[in-house]
Amino acid sequence: MRWIWIDKFTEFTSKVSATAVKNVSLAEEHLHDLYPAFPIVPHSLIVEGMAQTAGILVGEARNFAEKVILAKIGKAAFHRLVRPGETIAFSAAIQQLSEQGASISGTVTVTSASQATPQPVAEIELMFSHIDQNLAGLEFPEHNFVFTEQFTELLKTYKLSGEIPI
Amino acid sequence: MALSRDEIYEKVKGVLVDALGVDEDEITPNATLIQDLGMESIDALDIVFRLEKAFTTDPTKKFTIPRGELFPEDLESLKNDPNMVQDGKITAAGMAELKKRMPYADFTDFEKDPQADKANVLLTVDAVVNYVQAKLNG
Repeated sequence: MRWIWIDKFTEFTSKVSATAVKNVSLAEEHLHDLYPAFPIVPHSLIVEGMAQTAGILVGEARNFAEKVILAKIGKAAFHRLVRPGETIAFSAAIQQLSEQGASISGTVTVTSASQATPQPVAEIELMFSHIDQNLAGLEFPEHNFVFTEQFTELLKTYKLSGEIPI
Repeated sequence: MALSRDEIYEKVKGVLVDALGVDEDEITPNATLIQDLGMESIDALDIVFRLEKAFTTDPTKKFTIPRGELFPEDLESLKNDPNMVQDGKITAAGMAELKKRMPYADFTDFEKDPQADKANVLLTVDAVVNYVQAKLNG
């Protein structure tokens, strides 16, 4: 399911930066898939969290009119594992934004009940394409299959709670 | 102070290493971006973003690369134009159009056997350096 890998936004500055958090629960089945009896959040799903945070930031910059696709992971460097009971913070900053897409740099940190000081988890650089503006001139379906009706409903909750000031 | 060609080359090299994930020693002036360095279509936007960042030294004078200027976008449609390509070879009119769109590329070798499906060889590291140098010099 798209766009529900992050729980809420804690900061959102249009066209500039956003931070979203995810609380990690032992009940999430994927935590148990990598190593028996040693549940961790897979690195790929940490990248997914950053992609969702940054994807919404990039989408909002064009009022969600563009089909924003994760096109490239320029960098993903990890320093620490993420365990159940911890809260992940995904902070994304737009480096460049154009008609054709955007590049972002992001940092991932965790906190927990016993560790209030954010601990660095990863640095991630992503590139997004507005695929209707792609260089290859390919055509895609007219309807926006990225920011779907499901996302529109989610966006209403973000707006109502004031998480995204739009 | 204006950047020398060597300084521009070193910056372009850094951009290509980061954008394409290649080793520094793979970057040579004649290396072609697509065949030799494995550039894919999505890398074009990445390279443009990185060049704009690398060559913007003064925030009030942003180094910008207009869409389609460094990496022409509709070359595929030109291939299907009989005035531009005949029997797989680029015509004189096609060559003139290509030169107009890619004034920074070296056509010397390509003109000897202008196969349309080999036009990618025009996009070399040196071509990118030429492009940046011309832009910086106004």
